[in-house]
Amino acid sequence: MTDRRNLFNKVWDAHSVRSLASGQTQLFIGLHLIHEVTSPQAFSMLRDRGLKALFPERTLATVDHIVPTENQARPFLDVLAEEMMSAIEQNCREFGIRLFNLDDNRQGVVHIVGPEQGLTQPGMTIACGDSHTSTHGAFGSIAFGIGTSQVADVLATQTLALGKPKVRKVEVTGTLRRGVYAKDVILHIIRKLGVQGGVGYAYEYSGEVFDRMTMEERMTVCNMSIEGGARCGYINPDLTTVDYIKGRPFAPQGADFDRAAAWWLSLASPKDAEFDDVVTFNGSEIEPTVTWGINPAQSVGVSEKLPALAGFSTDDQKGIQDAFDYMDLKEQQPIRGVKIDVAFIGSCTNGRISDLREAASIAKGHHVAPGVKALVVPGSQLVREQAMREGLDKVFEAAGFEWRGAGCSMCLAMNPDKLKGREVCASSSNRNFKGRQGSPTGRTLLMSPAMVVAAAINGCVSDVREML
Amino acid sequence: MQTITQVTGTGVPLLLDDIDTDRIIPARFLRCVTFDGLGEHAFEDDRKQDAKHPFDDVRFHGGSVLVGGRNFGCGSSREHAPQALIRWGIKAIVAQSFAEIFFGNCTGLGVPCVNAARGDLDKLAAAITADPKLEVTVDLAAKQVRAGSLSFPITMLESARGSLTTGNWDFLGQLLEGADAVKQAAAKLPYVNGFMA
Ligand code: SF4
Repeated sequence: MTDRRNLFNKVWDAHSVRSLASGQTQLFIGLHLIHEVTSPQAFSMLRDRGLKALFPERTLATVDHIVPTENQARPFLDVLAEEMMSAIEQNCREFGIRLFNLDDNRQGVVHIVGPEQGLTQPGMTIACGDSHTSTHGAFGSIAFGIGTSQVADVLATQTLALGKPKVRKVEVTGTLRRGVYAKDVILHIIRKLGVQGGVGYAYEYSGEVFDRMTMEERMTVCNMSIEGGARCGYINPDLTTVDYIKGRPFAPQGADFDRAAAWWLSLASPKDAEFDDVVTFNGSEIEPTVTWGINPAQSVGVSEKLPALAGFSTDDQKGIQDAFDYMDLKEQQPIRGVKIDVAFIGSCTNGRISDLREAASIAKGHHVAPGVKALVVPGSQLVREQAMREGLDKVFEAAGFEWRGAGCSMCLAMNPDKLKGREVCASSSNRNFKGRQGSPTGRTLLMSPAMVVAAAINGCVSDVREML
Repeated sequence: MQTITQVTGTGVPLLLDDIDTDRIIPARFLRCVTFDGLGEHAFEDDRKQDAKHPFDDVRFHGGSVLVGGRNFGCGSSREHAPQALIRWGIKAIVAQSFAEIFFGNCTGLGVPCVNAARGDLDKLAAAITADPKLEVTVDLAAKQVRAGSLSFPITMLESARGSLTTGNWDFLGQLLEGADAVKQAAAKLPYVNGFMA
């Protein structure tokens, strides 16, 4: 009988240790990533119970969320941030865990670092106390975010107690039009399936659009799975995946690599694989997409107008009106032309070298509109170094963007980069929640890095296709 | 471990959809190395912008059963969110639906998150607003919520309900028991054994 299991189920089965009394599975975790925000209490839990890390070599730590991107001299000016830095340094020393600290050029946003170093590999289970761990699914791994108590579970036992989700195939066929990026594809999927459409599911992204994507584009897509409610999303490994991993510091080398590659490719879902659900989109219908509201499903194509309130069910209208009020936007207003104050390029969604190259190619020869503050924050120190070798920093600076150090920066409000008051930010990050970017009343419009540049230059939401 | 079969207390009505973890506990309060002290900052930014926020309404102070809408707890994996609610005094959440990581975090902390129909939630929220002293019981054994003359069915993921009602919500304890099986399972994985499997 042929094996019709999809990749998710193959990988799940290979990692299942045993069934627990609750009916959950004890699942082995191949790679555990930690950062300074969600780990200190986990180490305290281990200390309280007198436990050690079971496989310390399977955990990697880095610092990203609280790291300032302007002045990184220690001690940090923010004493709380400094306390968290000392805590992760101390915890990693005590429990024997490798840490990519600020003085190590491998430091960066945790979801950029894992793939960059070749730590993220197909067929692995990957966990991190961070919901955007779904990023690593781009390699055909099962990767999901966990809470702090579960970080303690993984440290102490290298396993988690989990219920098995269903698997939905999300197929995007056809060809993307010019000026439409991976970010637009995932924003479109979330818009259509809703912010909780994926609850209870893992998403397998498949179809020609994903087949043609680079690894970095695939990471952008998988990164935002959680914004559609899916705890994990993945893409089957193929030759693009194998090529990307080859030669990276933590990748298998020599004959090991060949055996590894053969195993990775064998994991891909077969053509007749079974799924609990299948949805299909036509890639050629996707437009550059921009969010207008306070969750990532509240978006429209750049040439569209905001939806009419009457188009929503009575239950939903209150929430939609709240979103309009918070954003100070009106129903049926065009999204194009909405003024912005800040432009942010970076984050684990769009802070990789290809994002910076694309952004720079559009910024070149233009200048940020008067009154707009624009920053570019590379996702890791290595991305930053690469960009500088290519002269991208000079392009950005000439165009009026600030060029910063690596970190999470304005994706969330845990470091000095924050919106002020009611500022509106065109952002390449992943969440437009109320207050997400640091001002309790600040406003976020999510879009691709290319669209952020277009907005920065024109001072308002614009269609980047007119600048290509 | 303690079995949790029912939670009884007064209610806090917060019947909104898509309440995300950034709203439950804004990121700036995550700059900490313990969860202590998070309680007072629960919903801090929402409270500042809405003078009538239920968390600031003295009538609901001391409430332990939170009533929410759809997709409660969406967004980040931060356990700081349930930890802040617990420290505020919340012991159970009744909502239309929950985001998965938030739900799992709550279960592991002994906070039942149960699902109910929107119509029933509307009635419960109205009853609590009319009488903030009303005692609300979330009964995991009978799969029911009762409050005064009101009573309606609830659902909950069976494995989570079972772990609470049988006192098996300390997952770490159970996982530790499997240590030998873990090492055996790991040794069979290609990337652990040098791709020789
Ligand atoms: S870049 Fe943003 S989403 Fe990504 S890990 Fe950092 S804070 Fe989280």
